[in-house]
Amino acid sequence: MAAARIYVPGDSAACSVGADEVAAAIAAEAAARGITLTIVRNGSRGLLYLEPLVEVATLEGRVAYGPVTAADVPGLFDAGFLEGGAHPLGHGLTEEIPYLKNQERLTFARCGIIDPLSLDEFIAHGGYAGLRHALELAPADIVAEVAASGLRGRGGAGFPTGIKWKTVLDAVADQKYVCCNADEGDSGTFADRMLMEGDPFALIEGMTIAGIATGATQGFIYIRSEYPDAIRVMKQAIAMAEAAGWLGDDIQGSGRRFRLAVRVGAGAYICGEETAMLESLEGRRGMVRPKPPLPALEGLFGKPTVINNVLSFAAVPTILERGAKFYADFGMGRSRGTLPFQLAGNIKRGGLVEKAFGVTLAELVYDFGGGTASGRPARAVQMGGPLGAYLPVSLFTLQQDYETFAENGAMVGHGGLVLFDDTVDMLEQARFAMEFCAVESCGKCTPCRIGSIRGVEVIDRIAAGIDHKRNLDVLTDLCETMTDGSLCAMGGLTPMPVMSALKHFPEDFEPRRATLDAAE
Amino acid sequence: MHPAERGLDEDSLAAIDAITARHGNRPDALIEIYHEVQEALGHIPEGALPRIARALNISRAEARGVFTFYHDFRDRPAGRHVIKLCRAEACQSMGCRSLEAHAKQRLGIGMGETTGDGEVTLEAVYCLGNCALSPAVMIDGRLYGRVDATRFDALVDEFKRRAAS
Repeated sequence: MAAARIYVPGDSAACSVGADEVAAAIAAEAAARGITLTIVRNGSRGLLYLEPLVEVATLEGRVAYGPVTAADVPGLFDAGFLEGGAHPLGHGLTEEIPYLKNQERLTFARCGIIDPLSLDEFIAHGGYAGLRHALELAPADIVAEVAASGLRGRGGAGFPTGIKWKTVLDAVADQKYVCCNADEGDSGTFADRMLMEGDPFALIEGMTIAGIATGATQGFIYIRSEYPDAIRVMKQAIAMAEAAGWLGDDIQGSGRRFRLAVRVGAGAYICGEETAMLESLEGRRGMVRPKPPLPALEGLFGKPTVINNVLSFAAVPTILERGAKFYADFGMGRSRGTLPFQLAGNIKRGGLVEKAFGVTLAELVYDFGGGTASGRPARAVQMGGPLGAYLPVSLFTLQQDYETFAENGAMVGHGGLVLFDDTVDMLEQARFAMEFCAVESCGKCTPCRIGSIRGVEVIDRIAAGIDHKRNLDVLTDLCETMTDGSLCAMGGLTPMPVMSALKHFPEDFEPRRATLDAAE
Repeated sequence: MHPAERGLDEDSLAAIDAITARHGNRPDALIEIYHEVQEALGHIPEGALPRIARALNISRAEARGVFTFYHDFRDRPAGRHVIKLCRAEACQSMGCRSLEAHAKQRLGIGMGETTGDGEVTLEAVYCLGNCALSPAVMIDGRLYGRVDATRFDALVDEFKRRAAS
């Protein structure tokens, strides 16, 4: 009989709740019992509420146990988990767990299934099929395929990826670049991190296709320093892809050239804004650049540059492998394909849920998420990161679609969804939005740099009941100025959480005696 | 030589020079250089800035501007352990505000400060990408999830035990 294969995620979220200890305990227990087994440190399947999720390969498929602690390990052996035996922590076949079964996993198809740093497993699970197909096409045909898929920027802006790529393809220059924005700073988002740690070759493949499609020969992945594991895995994967001829001067004998390098951020939320990221890549302060010129024409070092988020690049191989129509058949309206939603915050079943656009907030929050972790009633959801709107329960009927959210003064953003129970103080959340903007503003434009500080002060006056009505007017006016006058989305969108909190939860903006802590 | 550089010992100067040389003294490598200098010396001393600026042929003002812009770079040594507490919305929804208050009280320091014995530095961070397992904390580059006051104390006690042994 072949040695049993056990999967214990090496994903940093799984390790944050003890996956390393569980893996060590399984290895020790097996040794003590004289059992030979192979432990694979896979990525996370995205059922984070069950992490550490241990899986055992059986003839019927992989069987899941979770959340497992090191103390549970002897009991699992006693229950015969190596044959998929019954145990209180057992969930049966992983693929049959409703949370996973009811998803449409395209971008995350391999994440959690393979050893992230096994090129052979990546290829055995359909990896590089998209790039192989792209190598047979003319650049313009690759771009046309991406355009026809309807893919829009998954970083949050939702700009059509095909149009961006065509602009770079049509630009004439001696050097072009591809930059991946992996500065995933939005609270409530972890899809980029999970993909880089769990399926790094998918990102490399997507970026390589972008390079071939636009004539760019050098790529950079800008990863935030808060993600040390993702940085390590990506660097290893790049070295392995180079050694195997999937990156370099002659990709798989095609004569096409594409190289990749990782650059590490240094703690600045604004570097998730594409032009600030470019400045940072050039070794400067991450101050945003006014647009135009568009980075597609004058980007990194002034050269035409494709800039996309991790999830946008990682969606591309599927489109090239299975065709634009396959991808475009998912979704609704002008939002085509799938989005890896991230359920976070005060939620019972947090994790990654990749679904076609059109899924409602309620389905995500209740059907997948199971409501709040605290068991108290849900009160608000913040969708799309710290610059996204706070939405009340009455709007949980909204379907995930760029246009639907925009019509309701909200945004889909990077697909992060943070749930709050009824103990949340919405004035405090609005104040934090301004405070965060003050901390993280790059300082280039006045509405954002000064407006955010004034915003904190005005909200404190509202809380204290000083000139209450007039200060509410001042706050509204300030938000209008920031929205209309800021250079980029940092100052331009900070009013979104503030004004949505005020609009949907006005009762929290009544005067109160308790004074808030002064901003630090 | 800029006066500030005289405050550096030979080893530090050599380390800085080696790092800038390894990056070909390229100005676009400035952030990478700062990361590596901080890795090597524990922080970026005052004297490093004019020296790096000269090597990269950029102004001292530019070198300082980049240094001060990014949260990661420090101008003084940190504690033996650096605890980064997440302060962002997902962690707020799970009580990170009270965890922060507890951490300050337990360690007797404020955010951005180091304990008197040089053991622990406490820092604020905005999102560690562990938002489904909030509140999140990072200690010496390692991520911890679902950190309540009890778990925080256990993690700090672990240092104490290791320091004592």
